[in-house]
Amino acid sequence: MKIAVCAKYVPEATAQRRLDPQTKRLDRSGEGTLNQFDIHAVEEALRLKEAYGDGEVVIVSLGPERALEALRKALAMGADRVVLVSDEGAAGSDLVATSRVLAAALEREGADLVLFGQQANDSDGAVLWAAVADRLQRPLISQVAELSHEDEKVLGKRQTEFGYDVIEAPLPAVVAVSDAINEPRYPSLKGIMGAKKKPQETVSLGDLGVGAGAAGEAGSRTEVNALSEPPARGETMKIEDDGSAAEKIVQFLQEKKVL
Amino acid sequence: MKTLVFLEHHEGKLQKDALGVLGKAVSLGGEVEAVLLGEGVEGLATEAGKHGASRVYVADDVLLAAPLPQPRVDALESLVNDGGHDTVLFAATVLSADIAAGLAARLDAGLNWDLTDLVEADGRLVGKRPALGDSVYVDVGWTSEPRLALIRSGTFEATETGGTAEVEKIEPRLQDFSLAARMVEQAHEESEGPSIEDADMIVAGGRGLGGPENFALVEELAKALGGAVAATRAVVDAGWYPYAAQVGQTGKTVSPKLYVAVGISGAIQHKVGMQSSGLIVAINKDPNAPIFEYADLGVVGDLHEIVPQLTELVRARKAA
Amino acid sequence: MRPADYPPPFDLDEFVAAPGEPEIEVGVLVVGAGPAGLACAVRLGQLLEEAPELAERLGEVPVAVLEKGKQAGSHLLSGAVVNPRSLRRLFKDRVRTDEMPFLGRVEHESVYFLTPKRALRIPAPPTMRNSGNYVASLSQLGRWLADQAEEAGAVILPETTGHKLLLGDGRVRGVQTGDKGRGRNGEELPNFVLGDEVHAKVTVLAEGTQGHLTGIALERFALQGDNPQVWALGVKEVWKVAKPLDSVIHTMGWPLRAGAKYREFGGSFIYPMGEDMITIGMVVGLDYRDVELSVHDVLQELKTHPLVRKLLEGGERVAWGAKTIPEGGFLALPRRLHAPGLLIAGDGAGLVNVPALKGIHYAVESGRLAAEAAFAALQRGEAPGRRGALAGYDEALEQSFVWSDLKQVRNMRPAFGRGFWLGGAMAGAMTASRGNFPPGHASLEHDADQELFRTDRAKSYPVSDGKLTFDKLSSVFLSGNQTRDDARNHLRVRDRVPPEIAELWARMCPAQVYEVGDDAGDGDVHVEVTPSNCVQCGAITAKGGRLTPPEGGSGPEYKLT
Repeated sequence: MKIAVCAKYVPEATAQRRLDPQTKRLDRSGEGTLNQFDIHAVEEALRLKEAYGDGEVVIVSLGPERALEALRKALAMGADRVVLVSDEGAAGSDLVATSRVLAAALEREGADLVLFGQQANDSDGAVLWAAVADRLQRPLISQVAELSHEDEKVLGKRQTEFGYDVIEAPLPAVVAVSDAINEPRYPSLKGIMGAKKKPQETVSLGDLGVGAGAAGEAGSRTEVNALSEPPARGETMKIEDDGSAAEKIVQFLQEKKVL
Repeated sequence: MKTLVFLEHHEGKLQKDALGVLGKAVSLGGEVEAVLLGEGVEGLATEAGKHGASRVYVADDVLLAAPLPQPRVDALESLVNDGGHDTVLFAATVLSADIAAGLAARLDAGLNWDLTDLVEADGRLVGKRPALGDSVYVDVGWTSEPRLALIRSGTFEATETGGTAEVEKIEPRLQDFSLAARMVEQAHEESEGPSIEDADMIVAGGRGLGGPENFALVEELAKALGGAVAATRAVVDAGWYPYAAQVGQTGKTVSPKLYVAVGISGAIQHKVGMQSSGLIVAINKDPNAPIFEYADLGVVGDLHEIVPQLTELVRARKAA
Repeated sequence: MRPADYPPPFDLDEFVAAPGEPEIEVGVLVVGAGPAGLACAVRLGQLLEEAPELAERLGEVPVAVLEKGKQAGSHLLSGAVVNPRSLRRLFKDRVRTDEMPFLGRVEHESVYFLTPKRALRIPAPPTMRNSGNYVASLSQLGRWLADQAEEAGAVILPETTGHKLLLGDGRVRGVQTGDKGRGRNGEELPNFVLGDEVHAKVTVLAEGTQGHLTGIALERFALQGDNPQVWALGVKEVWKVAKPLDSVIHTMGWPLRAGAKYREFGGSFIYPMGEDMITIGMVVGLDYRDVELSVHDVLQELKTHPLVRKLLEGGERVAWGAKTIPEGGFLALPRRLHAPGLLIAGDGAGLVNVPALKGIHYAVESGRLAAEAAFAALQRGEAPGRRGALAGYDEALEQSFVWSDLKQVRNMRPAFGRGFWLGGAMAGAMTASRGNFPPGHASLEHDADQELFRTDRAKSYPVSDGKLTFDKLSSVFLSGNQTRDDARNHLRVRDRVPPEIAELWARMCPAQVYEVGDDAGDGDVHVEVTPSNCVQCGAITAKGGRLTPPEGGSGPEYKLT
């Protein structure tokens, strides 16, 4: 069974993330790491492969050359291969362009199952899976908190605002897993040491047959125009309780139309 | 401008946020149409009209009964292609997010999500979106049409404009792969109240409560408000409340309409989990607690006195 | 009342084990990817390149480096003004000085004596002259050295702690790494994994200040000298600034108190980091006595001085961190820095020149010499576990400039136990006499042995305004600390202590790990510990507790420190 995991290289989740005032996009020039949420997808892929007894877990990613270092964490956990689409022409891709590039890379892999993590902590990649599933013309289950596989089908417990749906999809399929699905394993020492030796392939847009106009800014249909301060919270008000604080709170909530 | 608004519904009722988005579309001007997809949903069309849609497309099909995204992408694709809508709006939900992204790929159309406002500037549509944990705002736009947008839950209030809509029945052709995923068991409304991620109102308790038994005060107030209970890392660490309720840097990030912080000092590790709440009310006996620097209403006082009184008043108000 | 009267629940034997089946076997195991450890790895790589048969004999992994942080650099923090001589010796002509990640040569320097409102320029003591030296971020330097080490063939294993020393037949056989996935009470969580045994022919401990296994080894092999080690706590920030700073600045005096009874030895440093950043730090000896002293808050206070305020005007704080510095110098060096199968290098050995505020180039040189000693023993085909096989390390160290430098300034730090003015005068005399006056050796006392008292020092700490001055929690946040909330407590402190001790720890700790807890009866209080705030600075070990390594990957993620 071949499982492809789409993983994203994101800037470190520390207090120092910045938006680049020139490009208005996340400043990705600093260091990055494997998106926390995708690690759950990697873990799930490894579990499925182990349950099946056989197969391959390949990590597919779109990012800069230096993403390889971060993606090695997935190899250290036990994934078999990394395919990184690294091409200047893909920089600045929005959802439409990114999904096009990823779909091309995934077609090339021909996996039985494609896994995504539920969101990117840089809030740039939400809902990618649905766009990719559409391009691949494969059934999709998202928000999956529990996944099982049997007889060429996957069964996913999908978390919605109302509780859990149970959805079944025949393979090949696309599944986006939530961070509630598992506790990712720690890479073992041998895993960390062996990671570098596993195959890591870098491909260009040309290798995928994606034209220059189909990716990057040219292939995008949205743009980022300006940065601004969040809307001011407004005046803060501080009062001391003289016995009437509860009433004052209710009054305040009514004024603000919350109550 | 010709806008199509996707109206989501659940158990016979139109989703509030979707109606809010419909209202916003009306305020932006131009033709505003809505679409209802499902089984037995025609009855909801009148309400859509009352909220401003001039026309409501209805596809009533057993194949659309389950709330699955992919068949809806097929339906919307042909609708938008035939109708020539330049803008398609969704109120963000688990379902609509998948639909919008699938549709974006299908139509090769730009999708901006998590928008907290939509305005027209210089003849162009501009979306406003928080980024980096809501610490900065970005203006986003589209470079082609149709323009797709997902609006953050709770952004726009539904208002009735009292109109009527023309109902047009459509029979979308659904693709095989779209129908491959099958709903085996559908979720039912959970009776425990909203989870903190979805709640409009949250009452959160911190160390100032003094002990786990005092979480009862927090729970009562939350119940009265119809909201959820959250907790700080310190009290979760101390075992006073489960980790699922933890808000903060190492817990959940929430942005309800109202966040009532009870006995919480408000250090940055907590702040980053709730700073984009619509309104923050803080009750703490320490006048120097950091939370007072950013709470919209800060009350210095004894929570043991104030919270029960507040709960009573809220209950009374709601009963009235 | 002294912190030493309330020792922590800590048993050395918990961290020593007999070797069993190894998970991996390496040639040389280096514990710590700091300047000492990485210099050792680089040098070994160079030597093994010329000795392919030995490299072959050492197996698949001739050199491995364990690093407890997320990556090399995550836990590195210093000023720093670096003397490039050791790096030049290490790289020879393979790397030019302008290819090293320095942030600028030191062109100007000034030393000030501060009073609350004024800054009096004083001539820089000869030990503090920095011409020819470079400003650097140690964290960045570490990252760069790690790349060099990997290029030289070393395998770096991040997020991995050296938890137990493996001792068999009286010699060090390697290290057992730390477990992962334990809960608050030590229970095994769903993704629990037991630590691995890593066996090596030679183990080099380069753990930095308060090195965990170093402490174990010094005791087990009775390597401690006549004097205990003493430490200082440094807390620093990095600021983006509007106006570039063109001088390396050191200050003494305010906000520290000069009287002998306070024992507040230290000062501040303000260094330019390139065109648009400045680093500012406060360093105070942990032999201080006032319960209310808080180095973090003294740093905040320092920033309100007109001289400093002007430098930071229009700027923005972009980094914060804290770390201890071994200050005993020559007098506190262990009797030997080798044992069967073991070498100790860098700050862990205490190789810091306090008056010159230099330790990085000694770390690099000692790492280099450790590599050479290990290589020589391995090449001779000797079992490095044989007694004396690694003695060449100590010999080489004693012949090096590391030794002569440290010896020359050996009495300077203890002199300041006499207070700033008398200490300063003595320091002057020592410098003038090149360390020959006063003769002999002074002696050091444990930091935890200092009698405590209380003043109202806390009154003058500035209330944090979020622009110039900051509280501890927001600083911990800025350090990138994301230690798991439900991780097991890695800090050993007595649970019930007199309130003065609890308050001492609460103020001392720059990360607000300790708080005075509830009444515990008999006049004592409980100590509330929030281990997830810990940035692993090591201060607690100096003042009555003990830091043990938490789960690998925890702690700060320094980048600019």
